[in-house]
Amino acid sequence: MSTISERFSILQSHLEKNCKSKISKISGYVGFIMRKLLFSVLSVGPIPAHVAIIMDGNRRFAKRHSLLQDSIDPASGHRLGFRSLISTIQYSFEMGVKCVTVYAFSIDNFKRSPQEVQLLMDLMREKIEEMSAEDGVFQALHVKINFWGNLELLTEPTRLSAKRAMDTTVHNKGPELSVCVAYTSTNEITHAIEASVSELKGKDQVQVSDLERNLYSAGCVEPDIIIRTSGETRLSNFLLWQSDFTHLQNPKPLWPEFSLRHLVWAVLEYQRVYAYLKNKKEGIEKNK
Amino acid sequence: MIEASVIASPILGVVFCLLHVIVSLVHTWSHLVHQIQCLIISSGLLSKYQNINLNRLRHLAVVIDSEDAKNKSKVHQLLCWLSDIGVKYVILYDIEGVMKKSDKAYEKSSANPSETKCMDFAPNMPLIFDMFGMTVEIISYTDGKEAVAKGANYLCSNYLKNQDDTLNKLGPKFTEPDISSALKAVGHDGPEPDLLLVYGPARCHLGFPAWRLRYTEIVHMGPLSSMKLSAVVKVLYDFSKKHQNYGK
Repeated sequence: MSTISERFSILQSHLEKNCKSKISKISGYVGFIMRKLLFSVLSVGPIPAHVAIIMDGNRRFAKRHSLLQDSIDPASGHRLGFRSLISTIQYSFEMGVKCVTVYAFSIDNFKRSPQEVQLLMDLMREKIEEMSAEDGVFQALHVKINFWGNLELLTEPTRLSAKRAMDTTVHNKGPELSVCVAYTSTNEITHAIEASVSELKGKDQVQVSDLERNLYSAGCVEPDIIIRTSGETRLSNFLLWQSDFTHLQNPKPLWPEFSLRHLVWAVLEYQRVYAYLKNKKEGIEKNK
Repeated sequence: MIEASVIASPILGVVFCLLHVIVSLVHTWSHLVHQIQCLIISSGLLSKYQNINLNRLRHLAVVIDSEDAKNKSKVHQLLCWLSDIGVKYVILYDIEGVMKKSDKAYEKSSANPSETKCMDFAPNMPLIFDMFGMTVEIISYTDGKEAVAKGANYLCSNYLKNQDDTLNKLGPKFTEPDISSALKAVGHDGPEPDLLLVYGPARCHLGFPAWRLRYTEIVHMGPLSSMKLSAVVKVLYDFSKKHQNYGK
């Protein structure tokens, strides 16, 4: 019986051959039809417009499955996490979700060892270029890619890749993918205060609407769901300002284990509380 | 095509309801397991729940749905439990400020009213008082984003007062400690809770001040009407075993 790491290596090389065989094409098509049926069922109820994800558990997954020992790639957990990310984004957009936001790299993550930070910077640059490639799935879906965060803190190659991805997709009219890098909510609020104060002319006062207009997320609807995988219950400085009426979910699977059924479950959970959260939100907006 | 959709819609509706029945069954099962755990805890059979180490819990927040918060006796009961367990600082939050208006009720219902010192009610400011040797802070939605706007205006007025030609060209530059100091100056400098309990139908912080939620563990407790002391004990025990990396 093969070990988990052997199976993942086989899967990886199989996917990298681009699935050109007839059988895989047919199974891909069948999978697409089944998902379409499933999403049609879910669409009887409200579908979240904006799903935000804290992708927690890559390193624990790698450790648990001894990937770090078996593989010469110390970023193996994060690479598998990236595969979960791509499939989750694809399924979300197929379901009708308009915005997906992911917490890719926190300002706090700079505290990790310099080797790990450099590894993550290189991996991010590689994956940003993959995501925004002309022949990639995101361009096919007309996805607009945003990067939220203090991008000046990134290494130059990563920052330039992020800027190129934003420039390439700025005119896309499809769903939006926002990637939070070098981001914390408190840093975002600080930046919004700076921008709002610098805009003030004379006697004006900063209003809440000014701050909201200067957030990185300005123009994007507030998240309906924030999913943090691996069962952790904190938000770790992610979208704190935007999540007043967001359903917070913390499913137990580690991020590389997160799959379609977990996403479907998340939407079903959201549908159970939708009416309550909508009522609360409307109540506050009425009082403004 | 129209006939196909007429047939398909009810089928989709039936499957949709079936999915939600499955979700409800899973929730019912989880609730049952939770009730059994609470029963075991309240029986005192497990000694680990008798003496919980609260060293890491410096500040506890409780978000209560405003409709539930109208039940003053339940809120008071919860405060009594927290005090008995040994919690030293509690932040009570409800979005509409129902509990701010009710603070006098907690004073009157306290066994020894002289133990409770209340400040006058101000809708846009936090309310802080002592109760059973525990500090209680009561806040609402206006203590969140509006407080940050107040802090921004405080920073702005200082920035304009300290005008310097060189600095002005660069524009205002603030740090997170500057924001914290500004919030303190405008009276909104409450501590960050280590743990936040949500009493209501959904796990949602309902506008709890964003600046204070960075690393807070958020736990959903269900409706206030069915609150249990053993459930609170379990959450505090689980918290005492938690480990945070803080990004490392």
